[in-house]
Amino acid sequence: MVYLTRRYRFSAAHRLHNDALTEEENAQVYGKCNNPYGHGHNYVLEVTLAGPINAQTGMVYDLVALDRTVEREILERFDHTHLNLDVENFRTRVPTTENLCIEIFDLLREKLDAGSGPVSAHLKRIRLEETDSNSFEYEGGEQGQRLKDEGCIKG
Amino acid sequence: MIYLTRRAGFSASHYYHNPDLSPEENRRIFGKCNNPHGHGHNYTLEVTVAGEINPTTGMVLDLKDLKKLLEREVLELVDHRFLNKEVPVFATKIPTTENIAVEIWNLLAPKLTFGRLHRIRLYESPDLYVDYYGEHK
Repeated sequence: MVYLTRRYRFSAAHRLHNDALTEEENAQVYGKCNNPYGHGHNYVLEVTLAGPINAQTGMVYDLVALDRTVEREILERFDHTHLNLDVENFRTRVPTTENLCIEIFDLLREKLDAGSGPVSAHLKRIRLEETDSNSFEYEGGEQGQRLKDEGCIKG
Repeated sequence: MIYLTRRAGFSASHYYHNPDLSPEENRRIFGKCNNPHGHGHNYTLEVTVAGEINPTTGMVLDLKDLKKLLEREVLELVDHRFLNKEVPVFATKIPTTENIAVEIWNLLAPKLTFGRLHRIRLYESPDLYVDYYGEHK
């Protein structure tokens, strides 16, 4: 098993705000991220695929196909958008980097696992850097399913 | 258990080609990496060794030993080389970053007399890297 990781970048605006909380609670929980006008980040996305090395190609996954899928499913959807206003799923869910990380995992999993040509790799991990100092990782699996079952994250 | 990682760089050229495939198939699968004249990368290699802290030295291993081992077993073999033509194993095996990572593992694992080899991470560019943990993980 070999793990292949590719990095991508996109820029987006967001505001951390939960309608179920009062204005004071929102200000307390989210601090300056609650600024009603929003603010932005240059996100760095790392997509990790796991799989055996294909004997014919020497590769785990076709990088051109990976780039195309990430471009279509993620970058076109999120780059230069206001996440709260422009992305349907974040109209009702707070676009924290945690939630964005899970959203990206769910968007990519089926598309990447379907693969292209003679590959049998699967999506292993999404790692999302909000800044140089903050990053979040999500690998799906049992923990992710439990969070979904408990309603902590949208399934 | 403590994990110690040492980084080293090397520069090499390669191209991707499988003689069992037709020229058209090679071009379709490997794209511009199929150019037979080769192209090059500045690779960054990260070698992670797992071990216990020696109570006398406070260290997992002697970094000089690891550095020498890396130079002798890996860098001398691949640095400033055309991998397909100058590194025997890649005469028959396509020198993808995946295969190079596995090969570096195979070169280092049996020679490591301190700690246990935990991971080989090989960057082909800042935006693309491969991790290999051996066959059993």
